Amino acid sequence: MNIKLYIAIGIGGMIGSMGRYGISILFTADHEFPFATLTANLIGCFLLSFLLNHPSIKQKLSHEMFTAVSIGAIGSFTTFSTFAVETIELWSSNLLLAVGYILISILGGLVFCYVGFKAACRGQVEQ
Amino acid sequence: MSFFLVALGGFTGSITRFYISNKVNKRLIGTWIANITGSFLLAALFILFKTEIIPEWLWVLAGIGYCGAYTTFSTFGNETLQLIFAKKYKIAFSYVGSSLAMSLIVVFSVFYIFM
Repeated sequence: MNIKLYIAIGIGGMIGSMGRYGISILFTADHEFPFATLTANLIGCFLLSFLLNHPSIKQKLSHEMFTAVSIGAIGSFTTFSTFAVETIELWSSNLLLAVGYILISILGGLVFCYVGFKAACRGQVEQ
Repeated sequence: MSFFLVALGGFTGSITRFYISNKVNKRLIGTWIANITGSFLLAALFILFKTEIIPEWLWVLAGIGYCGAYTTFSTFGNETLQLIFAKKYKIAFSYVGSSLAMSLIVVFSVFYIFM
């Protein structure tokens, strides 16, 4: 077990979850629709895809640093459990919004991953 | 104070997710297990918090911090996109469908039984 790697991921996790919490404070709770989680999840999808597909970032960072940012920070910045709980909460009050939340999260997540991939590939062309 | 609690939860949550994905050693399954079990735990904590059985600081630490970091959406999205790129449409569909269905059923069941 690589203790250094685990601690690096943990530190990344601290930063990512504080970022997610910060966003949830910015979107103060007046909306019925969970914009905060959606925002964090979509941004995180873009960032992770960009990072994983970029031709040179991985070589420039140490293994610990790269894993801390990708699995630690971005992994913790996005969340699935809150998404699931919010969906069921919405389901009881507004079924249509719940279905919309699921569709926008999944399809939007895939689109943002794709955009991240494309942006990373552009970096490859320019080099 | 709450940022500190979230950070502490995020530290342990992300390490647990990484530990499980290493143990399982298959990428999709590791994320799947973390997302389903984390959704279960968050639903339980949510009920305990709403019924005032646990204090707010514990909800912030374990719910927002730990469960939030233990589960992940970005890896889920990227794994799905990789499956689509590899033209493994069936696996991609089953992965998304089963993650959604299982997490929602688990959360719904916890809410239904305890609320």
